[in-house]
Amino acid sequence: MTQLNTRDLTLSYDDACIIDSLDLSIRIGEITALVGANGCGKSTLLRGISRLLKPRAGHVILDGQDIWKLPAKTLAQQLGILPQSPVAPEGLTVHELVAQGRYPHQGWLQQWSAEDERIAHEAMALANVSEYADRPVDTLSGGQRQRAWIAMTLAQDSAIILLDEPTTFLDLAYQIEVLDLLHDLNTQRGKTIVMVLHDLNHACRYADTVIAVKDGGVAAHGAPDQVVTESMVREVFGIDCRIIPDPLTGTPLIVPCGRGGKRLASAQSHSQIDTFVHSPVFALMEA
Amino acid sequence: MAVKPTWITVRSRRLPFSFRLDRRVLPVALLLTAFTLTALVVSINYGQYNMSLLDVVQTLLGTNTAHPDYRNFALVVHTFRLPRILVAFLVGAALAAAGTIMQGITRNPLADPYLLGVSGGASLVAVAVIVWLDDVPLSILPFAAFAGGLIEAFAIYLLAWRAGSSTPIRLILIGIGLSSVVAALTTIMLLFGNINDVQQAYIWLTGSVYGRTWEHVRALGGWLLVFMPLAFVLARGLNMLNLGDEPAKGLGMRVERGRGVLLLISVALTAAAVAVSGTIGFVGLVAPHITRRLVGPSHEGLLPISALFGGALVVTADLIGRVVVAPSELPVGIVTAMIGAPYFAFLLIRSRNHA
Repeated sequence: MTQLNTRDLTLSYDDACIIDSLDLSIRIGEITALVGANGCGKSTLLRGISRLLKPRAGHVILDGQDIWKLPAKTLAQQLGILPQSPVAPEGLTVHELVAQGRYPHQGWLQQWSAEDERIAHEAMALANVSEYADRPVDTLSGGQRQRAWIAMTLAQDSAIILLDEPTTFLDLAYQIEVLDLLHDLNTQRGKTIVMVLHDLNHACRYADTVIAVKDGGVAAHGAPDQVVTESMVREVFGIDCRIIPDPLTGTPLIVPCGRGGKRLASAQSHSQIDTFVHSPVFALMEA
Repeated sequence: MAVKPTWITVRSRRLPFSFRLDRRVLPVALLLTAFTLTALVVSINYGQYNMSLLDVVQTLLGTNTAHPDYRNFALVVHTFRLPRILVAFLVGAALAAAGTIMQGITRNPLADPYLLGVSGGASLVAVAVIVWLDDVPLSILPFAAFAGGLIEAFAIYLLAWRAGSSTPIRLILIGIGLSSVVAALTTIMLLFGNINDVQQAYIWLTGSVYGRTWEHVRALGGWLLVFMPLAFVLARGLNMLNLGDEPAKGLGMRVERGRGVLLLISVALTAAAVAVSGTIGFVGLVAPHITRRLVGPSHEGLLPISALFGGALVVTADLIGRVVVAPSELPVGIVTAMIGAPYFAFLLIRSRNHA
């Protein structure tokens, strides 16, 4: 049985420590969502797990082996990573992009085997991009483009796929389209998916496990209906909210408390406004 | 749904051997080869000594040995004209391949050995060798040029790659700045050198293939024989780098090592060209750019076709240089600059509008 763990993992950029001696275990066969406020280190954690970022200390262990001790291509056969908003070179067609996904399976002489061809076609069909195969990636819409990149990662044929904010910059319809695709890959193909998600409601809906990252550590880790609570959201995102069952799925649905919607605003937010108006900061702004 | 690929696949049934090439590669290669051969024959034909195109072809093929003028033909074709034109072709191919690699590893369509000053760095050290050392054999120049190009490439790398990223414009500006510094240093060296050495250096610096001999063809050919196949083998690495560093790493490419090796190859190709012809500009910019439009961005096809295009370009530019001001001649570097500089301006404006 495959396992993906971190042990004492410490990640940093220059001197700023982002993740501090973290022990984490990713469950195989599930969808895991990394959530947290901006700059909390969730993308850094994903980069650390995927070998895009070398740890300051500690290990990422895949099947009992440190990923930094594996040959690069061997790791790429087992673990794929789609970074945030990649840009394809001008004029590169979807088919060619997806074909690049076979790189870890190729050698100097064996550059395009029958198996490469079969798997690339399958990847395009799965990601539903076959009909744009001959179109340059840079002429596609945002959602089509993201699906083309996902198809490339699928052609890599790894059991584990990591994605950094796969829905960023997409319209709502495209966001759901991409998340549905990942859901199908998990349930129908048994892919283990680990992704950074901005939208907590998407995480609750699509993830089996949610990992909330805060200040270089894990603030909550578990099934959405168990760990996504009002107090957790306050702690991790610094915002008050109500949580109700999603009318469609029963998963937690986060309703943030804000000042919008005047007529229905709760007594609590009124009192917050009052406090603000009578605070010294407001007096300074008036002056 | 069946997808018809835009490439053709070559695959062995018994051996683990397969590769794919864009469909446009073969027709374009045939056209360019036909064009190059025509340019070669026309170029050999052009000059003081009059002979027919048929004579040229027959002399090249060695089928007219019985002709009464064969001795003259052979002297003119094989000794005087052919080596110069072969040098022009090889220089163009080397510069175009170097430019293609530089554009690939920087993900920057404006990168070029001349604009980035790699050619300039190569010339500086080569001039230093000519001026300071006595009786240098020709074969040492490529090594001197290689060292110079490497130092220059390293300096640009250090200055432009701050915080692991570089914008196209910054790269170009630093390259142009360093080129001026290097050009100034070259001039200083020429001012203080021995007059005979300086004259020799000047002739070499103008970016010309005038008077080049079989010795030059062999020197350059030897370097290309090593580095061209290496570049073709590593073309897939360029495709990876073009996706961006992180996707390439995710696909299991060792990005830093791959980029380093490719950079070394491109500097070696530039240095070999500079060592026999001086600095010929803009070939490494124009050839990859036009070729990308012809055969697409995959480097398995782009790299060899770009080299072929570069060779054809310099052979043609050399012919133009000899025709326009005959019986005198323009150095080929001036002709390529007259073609390339406006093209560069056009690209710069276009890239600014896109950004």
